[in-house]
Amino acid sequence: MSDAPTAIQVEELGKRYRIGAVEEQSDTLASAVARLVRQPIENLKRLRRLTSFDDDEADDIIWALREIDFTVKEGEIVGVIGKNGSGKSTLLKILSHITPPTRGRVTLRGRVSSLLEVGTGFHQELTGRENIYLNGTILGMTKAEIDKKFDEIVDFAGTGTFLDTPVKRYSSGMRVRLAFSVAAHLEPEILLVDEVLAVGDVAFQKKCLSKMSEVVKHQRTVLFVSHNMGVVRNLCPRCILLENGRMVIDGDAETVIGHYLKQAYKDSQDWGLRAWGEEEAPGGDEMRLREIALLADDGEITNVFDIRRPVRVRITYEALRPIEGSRMVMMIATPEGEIAFASIAPQVTRLEPGLYRSTCILPPGLLNQRVYTVRVVSDIPYVRFLLPADQDYLSFHLAGGGQQGARPEDRWPGIVHPELEWQPTETLEPARLVVTTRED
Amino acid sequence: MQPELTILEPPRGWASINLRELWRYRELFLFMVWRDVKTRYVQSVLGIGWAVLQPLITMVVFTVVFGGLARMSSDGVPYAIFSFAGLVPWTYFANSLQTSSSSLVSASALVTKVYFPRLVIPIAPVLAKLVDFAIAFVVLLVMMAVLGIYPTIWVLFVPVLVLMMIVTACGFGMLLTALSAQYRDVKYALTFGVQLLMYAAPVIYPTSKIPEQWLGVYALNPMVGVIEGFRAALLGTRPMPWDLIAYGALPSVLVLVFGALYFRRMERHFADVI
Repeated sequence: MSDAPTAIQVEELGKRYRIGAVEEQSDTLASAVARLVRQPIENLKRLRRLTSFDDDEADDIIWALREIDFTVKEGEIVGVIGKNGSGKSTLLKILSHITPPTRGRVTLRGRVSSLLEVGTGFHQELTGRENIYLNGTILGMTKAEIDKKFDEIVDFAGTGTFLDTPVKRYSSGMRVRLAFSVAAHLEPEILLVDEVLAVGDVAFQKKCLSKMSEVVKHQRTVLFVSHNMGVVRNLCPRCILLENGRMVIDGDAETVIGHYLKQAYKDSQDWGLRAWGEEEAPGGDEMRLREIALLADDGEITNVFDIRRPVRVRITYEALRPIEGSRMVMMIATPEGEIAFASIAPQVTRLEPGLYRSTCILPPGLLNQRVYTVRVVSDIPYVRFLLPADQDYLSFHLAGGGQQGARPEDRWPGIVHPELEWQPTETLEPARLVVTTRED
Repeated sequence: MQPELTILEPPRGWASINLRELWRYRELFLFMVWRDVKTRYVQSVLGIGWAVLQPLITMVVFTVVFGGLARMSSDGVPYAIFSFAGLVPWTYFANSLQTSSSSLVSASALVTKVYFPRLVIPIAPVLAKLVDFAIAFVVLLVMMAVLGIYPTIWVLFVPVLVLMMIVTACGFGMLLTALSAQYRDVKYALTFGVQLLMYAAPVIYPTSKIPEQWLGVYALNPMVGVIEGFRAALLGTRPMPWDLIAYGALPSVLVLVFGALYFRRMERHFADVI
């Protein structure tokens, strides 16, 4: 692969934006009148400034990208990851020719197509068939190419019977499927993808993924921007991490993703603790949640845990009036919203007004290497909720390597990865294999 | 086959009009025009009838107000057909400007997501409006037949006038679209600006009302030559106004070229400012 010619070359790339200046407020009638007169002139200045950058270091200029350098070889598939606002989308916008760079230079060898939020070219009033042609030509296909691939596109989208229905009558899922299908049949030499896989149902997402792998097999170059680390890990052997418009690392996916996750969870607001004042605390006039903390076994509050050590979830709440028959439930869920399990704190028959604390210990050998969220619910069974349900308060990340024979860094499938008891492996003599059938 | 090479660099100064690229995207042009035509009147009761009604009702009002009350002269033909012959090209021009200048804002989702030659955006609606124009033109011919007015030999020159009309509309369309991306004022100014501009063209009055010494300046508005040419060729109200057409042709082409260049210069910022 290293001998392959360069498909994308990015040199010293920079992009700056001017963010609209804060509008000034007038607090007196006189200044309001003065502003009325002055404002058109100031508006003109402000609007003109949106496209001129004479004063380079003005305070309303932000660099969305700065000094980006990398090359992608033909047939390579590279993931671009980073937090919101790190410059990922700006990078794709420059590469797909939508917005020009401010500094530097990009050289692209081959036809470039981008899947940036597919379906934007759709016209609500036109039918599926008409939109396939319209969208196809917008994306750079010729009519002859679309004619040739029409059946394939329809087939892949699975919207056959609705071909002559206006797209506005489509479900959003159908619309996305059709749009992706058009885009996926472009056959460009370089494909830029931004988050498209976040849409559609699971079955369709799978289809998209396999289509993507197929694209790569055809020696096409793909740059893939996503928040979904699982997908990035599956698709991209190489990753680039952006942070505040700069490239932090460029390397193999595991290293880069690991770096990203650590950074992301260290930086996130809930770094393992959430506490509320009396006023904003979640709950009603009977019970309020006051604090949730995640602690490592050395007592340190954190949200990145070693998979071989226990995780303590400490819940502090306040009863505002006497409560009978309540229970406190902690749930561990995935960021996608699937609940791994729920666990009930030891019940107290009657809570007198005051502060309470329950701590749950999640033992090692239960959870998987991934991100989890913590939910806390309290209710009086079959009567009412005391704390709102379905609320994710905190998230944490388990990392740090294999168990049960897995290679280090391997992630097992499944939401949890419990260590279960197995009987010792036996050696069987053929004669001892008795086949029993159920008789009924 | 050698893969095509694209180099993206910070833009500087004026960009050229990339005709090769426009040609490569000619099918997109057709599809965009077709989309505009197809979707314009969906979910409206009268549908394409609006293309006829708009100039027709305006004509009735003008005939009552200017022809009837104000006794405006109409170069010897009934005022109704006189004003309608002016309204057909003028309505085209006015509507083209309006749809063209708002085209970019309504295509903003596209502009921020996909690359294609941006010039398609303001030009496609101008071309799509030709369908309305054609229908109104047929109505004009029907009215002439009913009134027993026959076109002169110069009707053969009408396609050239139509071309001049399209060129003018495209030029102003591109110019206003580029401006409207950054200044939404264009939209508000245009709504009544177009109405005012009508008085700078011989729609409700004949050019014979304009003082001789101002005629040269007056005819710099390309629509003057177009409208008077229409009347001369179709209604025979006067000899062909070659001078007016010639005066208008130059600004018309200038606006087209400048509009395209200005649009190209501004288009690089579209994705960032709309």
